[in-house]
Formats: sequence, structure tokens, C-alpha cells
Amino acid sequence: MVQVPTGSGPDQVSAAPRSARRAPIPRVGRERPTGSNFELYSWYFFRVSGLLLILLAVTHVVIMHVVNTVDEINYDFVVDRWNSPFWRGFDWLMLILALLHGLNGARIAVDDYVRPRGWRVFAHSVLWSAAIIFLIIGSIAIVTFNPEAVVTAGR
Amino acid sequence: MQVHLRIQRFNPEVDSKPYYEDHEVEVEPTDRVLDALNKVKWFHDGTLTYRRSCAHGVCGSDAMRINGRNRLACKVLIRDVGTNITIEPLVGFRVIRDLVVDMEPFFNAYKSVLPFLINDDPAPTTERLQSPEDRERFDDTTKCILCACCTSSCPITWTNDEFVGPAAIVNAHRFIFDSRDQGAAERLAVLNQKSGVWRCRTVFNCTEACPRGIQVTRAIEEVKRTLLTGDVS
Repeated sequence: MVQVPTGSGPDQVSAAPRSARRAPIPRVGRERPTGSNFELYSWYFFRVSGLLLILLAVTHVVIMHVVNTVDEINYDFVVDRWNSPFWRGFDWLMLILALLHGLNGARIAVDDYVRPRGWRVFAHSVLWSAAIIFLIIGSIAIVTFNPEAVVTAGR
Repeated sequence: MQVHLRIQRFNPEVDSKPYYEDHEVEVEPTDRVLDALNKVKWFHDGTLTYRRSCAHGVCGSDAMRINGRNRLACKVLIRDVGTNITIEPLVGFRVIRDLVVDMEPFFNAYKSVLPFLINDDPAPTTERLQSPEDRERFDDTTKCILCACCTSSCPITWTNDEFVGPAAIVNAHRFIFDSRDQGAAERLAVLNQKSGVWRCRTVFNCTEACPRGIQVTRAIEEVKRTLLTGDVS
């Protein structure tokens, strides 16, 4: 005789609330559902920063290699260019976006392919540290660059 | 015509690792690869093991790697793959024997996206009617036969067993965009994890592999966009 487990007959099924009716859902992988939107925003940032970087990088290449030549680009050229807050902002935006876009890509590659937890933490630490250090060094250069100070220091 | 089959064999009770076995069989150009496999099994070596059921591209049992591509053996004609045919089990899954792989992780991922109608309204006495336009919205993803060609072709699933895989997302898509369904939020919460849609790298292997012609990558991107905008229409 087939034994019907209590509570799973047709009558009980229709009477029970939906949440109780549903079989337990197998959780995929080891991660807990966090409810965090980090990956969503990371994906969106990837798309937006990628589009902006195409504009910024193409403009950069045109200015540096088409309109001007490498021979003309020297210290005075940079001084002249960075006199304008617009170009400082332009270069800073390019730095931020390129670094974070690259960091995001490398972070994803590490997540996909570095499976041992210890190595993954190590790789993430190196990535984030390098990105933050470059971000700080680059930002200091762009924000604090002052040609007059260099001149008075006896260039 | 004479074709040369190179089939990956593995018997866990005897072999320490998989090996290839060669067979020459006589088939028609209009025969399917499955017919060639049947000839081997019925007339050469009865121990050759593979799954097949309907043999007409509907049940999804005989997905395998044919000349390096994930195909249904019952849908690929001999004349389209040439006379030298290499047949291997789907990659990314544990091989149980010969061409049979363990589909348990695949179906667990499938179950995790709640692939059934969720609707708390009192059940109507007739069908739940839907306009042709509403039906069209998810028509493409209703075609899935759960053969695992897409999931096995995805490079992320080769290295990462946490990813739900394209097939599960396709089947979530089928209900998320169904106007009769009310469980979109629950499914989107599952897919909004790192191991959900966000592991997809838009490689397009899944779309290329699908024997039903489902635009798999498109479906995945639609789910991603819905997570961003919250618009399930």
C-alpha cells in the first residue's frame, strides 16, 4: 500500500498557504542571497563607464597624437593644458573611470577563475590596493599640480 | 557512406580516466548522428552508453559535444558534420558513464528560479486568458527543452559551479515576463545574486549552442535590464 505523507494529499494542498505548499528551493552555490544590489550597479557602471571612456579616450588620442604630435608635447604643453579646470577635470575623469572600469573587470575575472578562497582574498587585496594607490597618486598629481610653485622651487 | 566516429568512453568501474574509441559505420548522408551512435551500440559495442528518448529534438536527452559543439545528436545530419565525427559528453558536468553526464546540478539550478506559474488569485474555472501580444513577450523562452546545451557551452559554468547558468535564466525569463504570473519579484531576487545573472559575461556561446534557436543571451540581458529598471512588462 502506498503511504501518503500527512499534509500532502490533494485536499490539504489546496487549503495550505502558498508558501507552505512550495517545496524547499535548492540554493545554488555557496553564496547566501544578500539582497545587495552591488553586482547590479557594478554591471551598470561597466556599461556607462565603457561608453564614456570611448569618448574620453578617443578625444585624448586625437588631441595628443593627431592635432598635436608627440614632439610638441612637453612640460609647457601640460602646464598650458592644466591651466584650464576643464582639462584637469577631463583627465581626472578619464583616470577614475579607466581605473575603476579596469578594477571591475579584473575583480570579475578573479571571482570567476580564482576558486581557492585564500588566493581569491589575496588577489582582491592586491587589486583594490593597487587601484586605490594609483587613484590617490593620480588625483594628487592632477589636483595639486601648480606650475608657479615649480618655477619658484627653481626648475 | 562510411563515417569515422571517435567517441569518448568512460566506465568509472574500470577506467581511471576517459579515452577515445574509434568506429567505422555505414550510414546515409541524411541520417542523424544519433543513427550512427545507434549503429555502434546495436551492431558494434552494446556497452556504449548515451541518453536518448524521443529522437526528434523535443525531449532534450541526447545533448552532446559533436565535433566540439554542443548539439542534439538527433538533430544533426551526417552530411552537415562530415565523415570524421568526434563525439564527447557535455563539458562542465561530471561524467557518469560514456556520454551520460550528471544533470543534478543543472536541474537544481533550474529549480532555484521557481520555474512554475505563481499566481495567488483564486483559480478561475476556465483557462487564464492572455492577449497574443502578452504571449509574444516570452514566446522565445517557452521553447526551452532543458537539454543543457547552453549551460554546458558557457565558459563560466566550466570553472564556476555557483552560476545558475543560461538555461535556468531562460526559464525564469519565461515566467517573469508572463502577464499571468505574479512571482517575478521572487525570481528576480534569486537572479540578482552574484551567482545569478551577474555571472553572465555576454559570451553568446549559449545562443550559438541552443538547438531550439532561443536568443538566450538576449533573454539574459532582458532580465538584467529588468533588474535595473524594475519594469517587468
